[in-house]
Amino acid sequence: MKTVARRPESLTSAKFHYCPGCTHGIIHRLVAECVDEMNMRENTIGICPVGCSVLAYDYFNFDMLEAGHGRAPAIATGIKRIMPDRCLITYQGDGDLASIGMAEIVHASARGEKITVVFVNNTVYGMTGGQMAPTTLLGQVTTTSPYGRKKEEAGYPIKMAELLATNEGSAYISRVAVNNPANVIKAKKSIKKALQTQMKGLGFSMVEVLSTCPTNWGLGPIDSLKWLEDNMMPYYPLGEFKVKEA
Amino acid sequence: MKGNEALAEGALTAGCIAFYGYPITPSSEIAEYMAKKFPLLGGTFVQAESELAAISMVYGGASTGSRVMTASSGPGISLKSEGISIIAEAELPCLIVNISRGGPGLGGIQPAQSDYFQATRGGGHGDYNIMVLAPSSVQEMMDFAMDAFDLAEKYRIPVMLMAEGTLGQMMEPVFPREKVTQFTEKPWAITGCKGRKPNIVNTLHLSPEFLEYRNSVLADKYKTIKSNEQRAETYWTEDADLVVVAFGLMSRIVKKAIMEVRKKGHKVGLIRPITLWPFPEEQIRKAAESAKMFLSVEISMGQMIQDVKLAVNGKVPVEFYGRIGMIPSPEEIAKQILLLAEREGF
Repeated sequence: MKTVARRPESLTSAKFHYCPGCTHGIIHRLVAECVDEMNMRENTIGICPVGCSVLAYDYFNFDMLEAGHGRAPAIATGIKRIMPDRCLITYQGDGDLASIGMAEIVHASARGEKITVVFVNNTVYGMTGGQMAPTTLLGQVTTTSPYGRKKEEAGYPIKMAELLATNEGSAYISRVAVNNPANVIKAKKSIKKALQTQMKGLGFSMVEVLSTCPTNWGLGPIDSLKWLEDNMMPYYPLGEFKVKEA
Repeated sequence: MKGNEALAEGALTAGCIAFYGYPITPSSEIAEYMAKKFPLLGGTFVQAESELAAISMVYGGASTGSRVMTASSGPGISLKSEGISIIAEAELPCLIVNISRGGPGLGGIQPAQSDYFQATRGGGHGDYNIMVLAPSSVQEMMDFAMDAFDLAEKYRIPVMLMAEGTLGQMMEPVFPREKVTQFTEKPWAITGCKGRKPNIVNTLHLSPEFLEYRNSVLADKYKTIKSNEQRAETYWTEDADLVVVAFGLMSRIVKKAIMEVRKKGHKVGLIRPITLWPFPEEQIRKAAESAKMFLSVEISMGQMIQDVKLAVNGKVPVEFYGRIGMIPSPEEIAKQILLLAEREGF
């Protein structure tokens, strides 16, 4: 008998707590597959954020540390500088990374920290109940923008990939989506490229992943994927924004 | 040697391999010293973008089981309090230095002891304590930095070294002592899971039962530290009618005042807490058996006096004398003691 599909070794057997239709599970699996394929499980240290993926330490089968809100890139810096041969991955959402952790992410990138950031952008604070995030689109209804995000009050959604690509310390910056199988495959390639960038010592790497939040968007799983395509992708274009070769 | 430099040198001697910090007066020489030394020694120096980032880097560095530190002053420690609470619950050893200045708010850059509550009551959220050592000389800045790392590892607890700004800035002769470092095994460290099950460093406990359990683990540890590590110096307390309590550099000023009033025939003693947490309750309780009165002298509006009162437990009165902004002089303290002596008839 031939095994054609199995759980990556870098994932534990714990069941994901994520809501039906949420794409965190796919992204977790992509990260785990990349770590496995690069044979780095025993060399990897993961940092999980505050937010929906706060329990990621139960799901990844390598050394994990739980960070305070937004601080993951600073914590990863603290570890990486002491153990430069380890693979450091932070897994962060948009509230965590683009709001309360804005200073930490910008400076980790500016310093060219050799870490990889998996940035899951679903345009809302998921765990706290669907409040407005820095990435919430104009007009988007959330629990703290009940009449839709107004640019006069809340300004404009932040494009993190474009912003960080301007830093010299950034070596690989991309934006991907996990809305269909083709894009999932592309997302995995991008995450792997980011990890390779780190292990080659080229500098800071981040993959922004456009993700869904059916529960807080008030949509079904399929409709959520369509909402992502129709609303997020025009404002947050996919692609590579910075690729530093050796 | 300058106090801040002596402290940094002590940390290096104790095997500190990383410093993560953010500049703030009057602590910055520690960062500058490390920035100069670590590139030569092969250690890590990172100037963080903020105090929050600096303490988060300490959290990361300490999770690897390495000896790491940061240094700041009151306003910076306020920002660091988020991370200190996390590190305390994650039970990671590290050294946090507060070269303290006067508050509240941005306050000034003059020496002060008004961060006593911040240091001894946790400062951040939740039920936790950190150990706090208060040196009173440049020599002790160096020695306590070494001791701090051993204590931090022994109890898996952040240790704070808190010294008035003057101690950081002033120069005194220092005798380096040889260090026999007591490194402990760290099976909990985050180093990559080669040949073992993955380790998790985490402070999120959503189950009420587990949260209660975690708090009881910490409480038990704090109880052990309280019974093992109360440290104080006592002078002339055996026959003392009045016992003055003062820590840090203030204790040296008080000592001078006491020597003067002793010459005039007044029986006055001094207790100098070395550990501010755990507070040396035992020494105070013992002195309260024979003394008629206590006087807490602080560079604040009165913070440590609460701990003195708790230890004295109503047996005798506890008076207070303190200034903040300015520092009480030996003459001033002597005058205060003489006033009390006259009033109480000792």
